[in-house]
Amino acid sequence: MSIFRALMEKPWIEQGVIDDIHGIDLESLPTAKLGLRVFLAVATVVFSLTVVTYADRMLAADWRALPEPAVLWLNTVLLIASSIALQWARVSAERGQEDRLRFGLLLGGGFAFAFLVGQFMAWQQLIDLGYFADTNPANAFFFLVTALHAVHLLGGLVAWVRTWSKVRRGVARDRVQLSVELCAIYWHFLLLIWVLLFVLLLFT
Amino acid sequence: MTSITPAQAELVPPAEVEDVELYDPKSWVTKYVFSQDAKVIAIQYSFTAIGVGLVALVLSSLMRLQLGFPDFFTIIDPEDYYQFITMHGMIMVIYLLTALFLGGFGNYLIPLMVGARDMVFPYVNMLSYWIYLLAVLVLLASWFVPGGPTGAGWTLYPPQAILAGTPGAEGGIVMMLVSLALFIIGFTMGGLNYVTTVLQARTRGMTLMRMPLTVWGIFTATVLALLAFPALFVGAVMMTLDSLLGTSFFMPSIVEFGEQLEYGGGSPILFQHLFWFFGHPEVYIVALPAFGIVSDLISVHARRHIFGYRMMVWAIVGIGALSFVVWAHHMYVSGMNPWFGFFFATTTLIIAVPTALKVYNWTLTLWKGNIRLTVPMLFALAFIVTFVNGGITGLFLGNVVIDVPLSDTMFVVAHFHMVMGVAPLMVVFGGIYHWFPLITGKMFNVTLGKIHFWITFLGAYMIFLPLHYLGFLGVPRRYFEMGETSFIPDSAQTLNAFVTVVTVIVGVAQLIFLYNMARSALKGKASERNPWQATTLEWQTEDFPPGHGNFGNKLPVVYRWAYAYGVPGHDADFVPQNEPPIGTPAESGGESVPGGAAQPAE
Repeated sequence: MSIFRALMEKPWIEQGVIDDIHGIDLESLPTAKLGLRVFLAVATVVFSLTVVTYADRMLAADWRALPEPAVLWLNTVLLIASSIALQWARVSAERGQEDRLRFGLLLGGGFAFAFLVGQFMAWQQLIDLGYFADTNPANAFFFLVTALHAVHLLGGLVAWVRTWSKVRRGVARDRVQLSVELCAIYWHFLLLIWVLLFVLLLFT
Repeated sequence: MTSITPAQAELVPPAEVEDVELYDPKSWVTKYVFSQDAKVIAIQYSFTAIGVGLVALVLSSLMRLQLGFPDFFTIIDPEDYYQFITMHGMIMVIYLLTALFLGGFGNYLIPLMVGARDMVFPYVNMLSYWIYLLAVLVLLASWFVPGGPTGAGWTLYPPQAILAGTPGAEGGIVMMLVSLALFIIGFTMGGLNYVTTVLQARTRGMTLMRMPLTVWGIFTATVLALLAFPALFVGAVMMTLDSLLGTSFFMPSIVEFGEQLEYGGGSPILFQHLFWFFGHPEVYIVALPAFGIVSDLISVHARRHIFGYRMMVWAIVGIGALSFVVWAHHMYVSGMNPWFGFFFATTTLIIAVPTALKVYNWTLTLWKGNIRLTVPMLFALAFIVTFVNGGITGLFLGNVVIDVPLSDTMFVVAHFHMVMGVAPLMVVFGGIYHWFPLITGKMFNVTLGKIHFWITFLGAYMIFLPLHYLGFLGVPRRYFEMGETSFIPDSAQTLNAFVTVVTVIVGVAQLIFLYNMARSALKGKASERNPWQATTLEWQTEDFPPGHGNFGNKLPVVYRWAYAYGVPGHDADFVPQNEPPIGTPAESGGESVPGGAAQPAE
């Protein structure tokens, strides 16, 4: 049932139990998944607004684009690998392949951690070259967007640690499966955001 | 062990809410301090919000003392005054009203009204409160950093907010921004809960369109807040960097005390856009819960179904959507393109349509109702009058040509205090009086309640009606003291002094409210189970006041909407939502086997 049909109901006429309250798509999702979706909506707004301000500021005459450290390409590959590994873990969880799930999960977390280290190296390189946050707005924005993204990924790693401990403790499989799935969705989201941000950084 | 295929794992049985693993407090600390029970969290939110609100109330009295008697209170210097103004505004709008409506009323009422045992993520809900408390503490701590709290005005406009000369530029502004960021993080945690609970944890038979309007208001306001607060978050992060790291997100090339600063190229207007992209929805984040609650109060205390329920829901949703496209009407004097202003003036006037519709529907609900002038009803009626008052001045200010001369005068102050200060507070008081028996099991002292109402209601008009007039005279807002002008008569000062006296009286009168609440909660006489004879689920719980898990062994089953008042064929003039229709046996409740409707095939 679409949300519009639900809103057309005439509650003053109908009496008695109405059983299809979960008719709306959003309502039949697992609770945690809906919670994650709501959070992704919030995070999308955060990143969109950052990009809008970036685009606005970019137009000013004093904007001096900075050279993107080459390590960013490597980082992008790492993040893609991380996302793929988690997707693999998700599929393995659905199929009940415990070993592959563990391996995929570890790999995904490891690549994500490596990505964060790589981002930090990129920062170091820029600072060594004298591209401080306060020398040019382009630099400030570079640090801002990469830091915002990294903080989101760090939050994801907290969820990842919790999922890993669930796997280790041997928690019921459907719950592990849901946790892994949520991690994978969040990773794909952050990968998408990163690719968009990276394209933006490259072309400006 | 059976394997669960993804397709089945996705399906929740249609009629039922899955039984939640109810969190079970083991000790006093987990029951009352680090509690995961939404009802306890609601009380914690409310106490904290009202506590910090009292600080803001005292600040407003101090400001009024300065304005009314500028030569008498020499201990208040201009820096203090700006700090009072800033903290008063920010506390009232965010730390009091937003937190109280969503964290307080939302936490208490959403699970009870939709027939759920608790919020869906109780642990996250608990974190939400503690981060909110931390945000409040950081905010209050800014009084103890060098230079004191920020005095940049509640809008925190750069560049002045972080430059020397503005009080609190040393550390107060950073404390404010950090506190706001914390608040937003905490709120997001709560907001995830409110939205998900409303969408997924409703009991059997509680369709979206059977929800009380209170839930609709809080739900929509939460969605707005989740989408609007990120703008403030981004703005706060950027301004913190400008202040601490010397970046130039918002800072143009500027001279401070004759010295050229390193800043350059930033756009202060960008901050204004970010701020008001949050700031205008914020008005409705406060107003929509008030709309919802007041609809229920009016319906219950006028013993009449709400007029035009569907339109009320659509109006709430419509206002919520429109509130995102009006923000720049706060910026007509920022030098924007007139066409841009014209666009925003148009959207601003359009938003009056659903809003007026709601006012008509409240009035039509009262029409031929059996009005009981209880204390909550008095506050509800006061809300309608006040909201119309403040709303209509909003229509004036929404037009560019009228706004430009009135901008930054007391007229604007009067307008927004009426529409989003006094009006929502009337609902806050009405709501607290209305649900006080439910929360405490005691009845408040009605006489004291009425005294509190009349002083607050009449006092608010004696304070803010004159401010409209002062605004017309050209008295500017944010001025520490009016020097000699050629256009403001001396009599304006007499009016100012009058306003100050009333402010202090109304401020002190709030002690009556606090006394009444405290005394009644401790020693009041026990309330009946459903003293207002309301239909909604929160009054139909097994325990009174509702205990752990809200409802007894079985979740209630809902058979009708929340406004079955004066239904023919019933003895009482109201039918609770969970009472089966005449001649039908009661359906099995939530906890037992999922109802007879289609189950996914095994």
